[in-house]
Amino acid sequence: MRCDFADSLLHSYFDTELSSVDTAEFGRHVQKCSDCGSELVHLDLLRERLQLAQIYEPASPTLRRKINVQIRPKAQTTLRSQPLLWHWLAAAAALFLVAIVLLRMSPGLRNDDYQAELAAEIVDAHLRSLQPGDVTGIVSNDERAVKGWFDTKIKFALPVHDFANQGFALKGGRLELLEGRSVAALLYERNGRLINVFVWPTQGPDKSARTGSQRGFQWVDWRQDKMEFCAVSDTDPADLEQLRQLIYSNT
Amino acid sequence: MRFEQLVLPHVDAAFNLARWLLRRREDAEDVAQEALLRACRFIRGFHGGDARAWVLQIVRNTCYTWLEKNRPRELSVEFNEELHQQSDATPESLAIAGDERERLTRALETLPPRYREVLVLRELEGCSYKEIAAITSIPIGTVMSSLSRARRQLFVVLDGSPGSEEANREM
Repeated sequence: MRCDFADSLLHSYFDTELSSVDTAEFGRHVQKCSDCGSELVHLDLLRERLQLAQIYEPASPTLRRKINVQIRPKAQTTLRSQPLLWHWLAAAAALFLVAIVLLRMSPGLRNDDYQAELAAEIVDAHLRSLQPGDVTGIVSNDERAVKGWFDTKIKFALPVHDFANQGFALKGGRLELLEGRSVAALLYERNGRLINVFVWPTQGPDKSARTGSQRGFQWVDWRQDKMEFCAVSDTDPADLEQLRQLIYSNT
Repeated sequence: MRFEQLVLPHVDAAFNLARWLLRRREDAEDVAQEALLRACRFIRGFHGGDARAWVLQIVRNTCYTWLEKNRPRELSVEFNEELHQQSDATPESLAIAGDERERLTRALETLPPRYREVLVLRELEGCSYKEIAAITSIPIGTVMSSLSRARRQLFVVLDGSPGSEEANREM
């Protein structure tokens, strides 16, 4: 009924999916072939009908809300500021705990195996940590004040630096109990996003950076000078790397 | 990569694809939600590239799994005669129904899922053949032939002929 050109060629031409050479060739053909010409008109009309009828169905507000509640619990906390700051820190601490579990477990498990489970655990840990609780720390951008606060509480020389000039403002610090021991947590702010840097003493040798992400949270972990560092945030991985380098070269 | 940046911009696309694959909004809401949660769990598996295609691939897989479990017959039929008759979607009755949106919706729903999805991805979502191939895990050549068959079949359902003059008259 129609010309010899393959049907899919006509559709590819209509969908602008042909190479420039084929497009030119088929274009010349269409000018002479009334079958293909009228077919293109039909295809165009069909597309127009589908678009004019507005049959695209966007997600309902209910679905969006459900997704926000289930997938983005942290969005509610990052919007609020000071009063919930420590809750956020607790949340980050919980995430950090899971990250540690990941680091410890990773040699024995295949990546795929724990991935899904870990994500679920992070959600649980995150949600649990949003519960009100007593968390104490120091809110200050003064290096000396923060370091002084830590000096009476930890037994290692914690490097405390404010990198506000480089875009990482020191916000404070606190202690976290991790595997039964005290761990220092330094808080930085980067473009409105919070970054936690956890530091604890280790006997292990220096270790280069390892990175990972879970549920939109990034972490980078490294060892230097008998200390282990782990920075956790939902910021850009490049930001974490920049902060890691700043800490690394100032320790 | 952050979940908000990767996945949230494609919630509409996710629901729209689920709605057209499953046909019922309530089912689509549940399955789209499940798929987005899965995307969230698998976010480490995303190694850059086209985030929409990645999300839609997960949505599509979740929809097919759901269909296999709940409505396996829909996946085996080439043309949904039952639905076609049930909805009285003959050209005449559709013409009487009048409402263009309703007509097109019912016509699309009579197509088998594999034709419906390429049409939805191309015409509603504006995906390229390459993106459709990535989302549906079928070769580009098959995407082309599926699209051409899907359009042909849609012409038949809408106007009773594969791209005949009637289409023009009815416009």
